[in-house]
Amino acid sequence: MATVDELKERIAQLEVELAKEREKTGGNVAGARKKIDQMSSEVVDSNPYSRLMALKRMGIVDNYERIRDFTVAVVGVGGVGSVTAEMLTRCGIGKLLLFDYDKVELANMNRLFFQPYQAGMSKVQAAEKTLRDINPDVQFETHNYNITTVDNFQHFMDRISHGNLKGDGSVDLVLSCVDNFEARMAINTACNELEQNWIESGVSENAVSGHIQLIKPGETACFACAPPLVVAENIDEKTLKREGVCAASLPTTMGVVAGLLVQNTLKYLLGFGSVTHYLGYSALQDFFPTMSMKPNPACDDSFCGKRQEEFQRKEALRPKTVEVVKEEEIVHESNDWGISLVDESSVDDLKTQPAPELASGLSYAYDKPDETTKDSDEVVADTDQSLDELMAQMKSL
Amino acid sequence: MVDAATRKTLSNIPLLKTKAGPRDKDLWPSRLKEEYQSLIQYVNNNKESDNDWFRLESNKDGTRWFGKCWHVHELLKYEFEIEFDIPVTYPQTAPEIAIPELDGKTAKMYRGGKICLTDHFKPLWAKNVPKFGIGHAMALGLGPWLAVEIPDLISKGLVLYKEKEENGASK
Repeated sequence: MATVDELKERIAQLEVELAKEREKTGGNVAGARKKIDQMSSEVVDSNPYSRLMALKRMGIVDNYERIRDFTVAVVGVGGVGSVTAEMLTRCGIGKLLLFDYDKVELANMNRLFFQPYQAGMSKVQAAEKTLRDINPDVQFETHNYNITTVDNFQHFMDRISHGNLKGDGSVDLVLSCVDNFEARMAINTACNELEQNWIESGVSENAVSGHIQLIKPGETACFACAPPLVVAENIDEKTLKREGVCAASLPTTMGVVAGLLVQNTLKYLLGFGSVTHYLGYSALQDFFPTMSMKPNPACDDSFCGKRQEEFQRKEALRPKTVEVVKEEEIVHESNDWGISLVDESSVDDLKTQPAPELASGLSYAYDKPDETTKDSDEVVADTDQSLDELMAQMKSL
Repeated sequence: MVDAATRKTLSNIPLLKTKAGPRDKDLWPSRLKEEYQSLIQYVNNNKESDNDWFRLESNKDGTRWFGKCWHVHELLKYEFEIEFDIPVTYPQTAPEIAIPELDGKTAKMYRGGKICLTDHFKPLWAKNVPKFGIGHAMALGLGPWLAVEIPDLISKGLVLYKEKEENGASK
């Protein structure tokens, strides 16, 4: 065991080495560039923004420089999130907030962005370093924790609502690039409560389909409004081998989904083109279903309900421009046989809550109502025992 | 929808009533009491039917759980430490049960040793919010996982039988 003095000496030694290393790489060494105050549209080799500013000259985007005023939070810095963050960094976004609790592993190397030497570093830390080198104009804020636990969730909400460039307001958009249902639901809960618009993204566990979905609390369906959507892959589930693995992944599908996600983000922030509410991708069929989904009035998330009411109130106040399309009434001169049109839907058809209309090729991961448990099943009885007593009883079993 | 075996397992675990997660300051204590009641009865039922296979306890707030589970294979009893957090979105999302000591030994695990649940479990849970609780996650999530994975890990030599500690920490 080394003594405290020995350890102190070692620390001092390492600090000197670290300072030397920093001197070598930090500041204005060849390779890294200085910060740029104003985006220029001058077309010269040394201007990293010239091709982006050209979007303005070509009439695609009105005012590209505005990109510097925006803050985007990327939750999950894995196969999709890291590429998303890199694209936004290269586009010159104002500020990025990165959330992830994972470390870089060699098993991630089939995906883009991270490099083998970064194995063992936290994903957010490794990403920040690479991204800062690519574009020092972007501000970064990183958080290395799991957002779904009680302790971290409050902090997560606080950063979403106060994390903009000036630190006095909410971020402009949250991008969900997580790989599990629990984290998506946590983001959904936070965004419904904070009235924060966000885009959900995902790649299927078999790596051959993906989707993005824009969620505006109250206006479009939230993530809890309906069971998760599945893009048809036309694979027979029985032939799909799941033996011995949890998930597959391809850099291609993840790159495509990250591209769709950032494209929609740019259109949303800079106001060009049409912003999609849902866009699916099936790699096997080259199929891209798209649609809009209204929120579910019976959504389980109480804040979603609240946002829906607010949105409807706002909509009601908006002056309406209703186009009246006159339909010509069809009059049959004679109907000797007494033929009339009858609605085909039976009473049974109307029993279940009609699901929001889905585009063809999309389905829900499962149907919501179920007969698994019956009302007659045993339910916990009321008890006079206190929680402490119950805990003690459990311990003594 | 659900097979007979699942229904039988379910009938041993009382259902819960209160829909509340750890962020619902007012209702969470009631939910937590129900969780304990349901678990106590489930464990007692297991003992009676000579199928006692886990113990759990939580921190004071009931947000973090830990304990042990056992799996018997060819007359030998294998013991594993288990742990999980109650997510902020509970009970809409199920707890993610982890066996950290098996992390890296099987592909049917996510980082940190979280067990990879079947496609069947999560929909089943989602359809039974808020009636399912921790006991149901153990019975329908962890139980089947152990039954499939542990014999496989033993056959591959990745899980070895441990003799009881000398001092006879007998259970």
